[in-house]
Amino acid sequence: MANSIRVRAVASGDHTEVQALVQHPMDSGFVKDAQGNLIPPHHIEVVDFQHAGKTVFTALWGPAVAKDPYIKFSFKGGQKGDDIAVSWVDNKGESDSLTAKIM
Amino acid sequence: MRTIFAMTGLVMLAAASAAQAASTQADFDAAMAAATAADKEAAMLKNRWTPTEQALAAAKKAAAAGDFDTAVKDAQHAEALAKASIAQAKEQDTAWKAAVIH
Amino acid sequence: MLRVIAVLIAALWVAGACPAAAADTINPDADFKAFRDYFTKKFPKVPLNDFVNGPYSMDAGLRKQWEAIEDFPPYDFAVDRGKEMFGTPFKNGKTYGDCFANKGIGVRQNYPYFDEKSGEVITLELALNRCREANGEPPFSYVKDEMASLTAYMAFTSRGKLFDIKIPNDPRALAAYQNGEKYFYSRRGQLNFSCASCHVQSAGQHIRTEVLAPALGILAAMPIYRSEWGSMGTISRRFVTCNSQVRGVPLEPQDENYRDVEYYLSYMANGLPISGPGARP
Repeated sequence: MANSIRVRAVASGDHTEVQALVQHPMDSGFVKDAQGNLIPPHHIEVVDFQHAGKTVFTALWGPAVAKDPYIKFSFKGGQKGDDIAVSWVDNKGESDSLTAKIM
Repeated sequence: MRTIFAMTGLVMLAAASAAQAASTQADFDAAMAAATAADKEAAMLKNRWTPTEQALAAAKKAAAAGDFDTAVKDAQHAEALAKASIAQAKEQDTAWKAAVIH
Repeated sequence: MLRVIAVLIAALWVAGACPAAAADTINPDADFKAFRDYFTKKFPKVPLNDFVNGPYSMDAGLRKQWEAIEDFPPYDFAVDRGKEMFGTPFKNGKTYGDCFANKGIGVRQNYPYFDEKSGEVITLELALNRCREANGEPPFSYVKDEMASLTAYMAFTSRGKLFDIKIPNDPRALAAYQNGEKYFYSRRGQLNFSCASCHVQSAGQHIRTEVLAPALGILAAMPIYRSEWGSMGTISRRFVTCNSQVRGVPLEPQDENYRDVEYYLSYMANGLPISGPGARP
């Protein structure tokens, strides 16, 4: 199964700009299916970005975040060639992670 | 364009004049047959309207609940909508050319 | 000076006399030129190749958001899935590539085409399902994810290639072209709109919160990940939803009228680059 995370981190001066796209249904639990039954909530709860063993960004998500969410942020530090580790956990306990190199 | 306005007027008139004596199953059957026939002709012209289908469904539902007054009204409304869609298709069959960018 | 005015009047008189003649004979090349001129004149600041970006060629604010999204486009997953599907053999060992020229890579810009053997317009979606059926596989729904993923991948391999739609010298092909043109300009639905009402007359304007794409090159970005849908959608899906949005009962996907209007619109986009798969609001 292909990884659900795509990340691109680019070092620029004294900071690094990070973009990530995560594939996830992000079902809020409020939507009904064609038969009228509630689709149970299934959404990411925590997304974590780490650089040099430290968390540089954490997102705490809930029902309000839409499907296949996209994040963009920048953090101070990071150099070309460094690792950046992304991981997420959802309300069902499922998770995924990916490590990429900063460009 | 004018045809559509005329048809909308007819639809409203038809709806207004439908309030007569209590309707029966037979009244509904007749109204539904006329509506279905018109809807079928619209389908052949590949020009049915979604409100027509909604009115037909509403008519069937009301008839199933025994409310023939509403059922007849909805069926007549569906027939008028279907006829308007037929008029639109026939008008557009030639009118479209005037809209083409030259 | 007088000579110039005389020539001008003569030219205008001829131009005025033309429509009657044009309506009786099918002249795709004249239509093509008039269509293109209409949009380039209406939007003189838009570079010709930019029309394929639909609403983003019409609205600067929308464009900025789109350019940010294109860094990590939402259709990426569909392209990956499409690539995987495309490369997976059927149960009989054959692949999609066996049904297409150049193994199906970089061919999207040639669709639709008029098949002189069967006398009908073949769209990419139709060709894919016919390929499946010819190899003993059940067809996909034209409006769901599988077809969207396959066409997303094929569009991706054709990105930048120019539309190259042909109308063979065959009266049936010309008739299909004109049927598509008729479909495009015919008002339909209780709201009495034609495709042209929004995408010709009102291109660049708002309908509720959406900016209307110009008809020129409108299929170049298909299939699209539409934020409104939260998923990928095929040309079939868009035609169906456009119909219901004007309160017309949609036709069956890949109905003759849908294929013909796709043929017409694609021909009008000849020479413009495939920009698909696309992302739209």
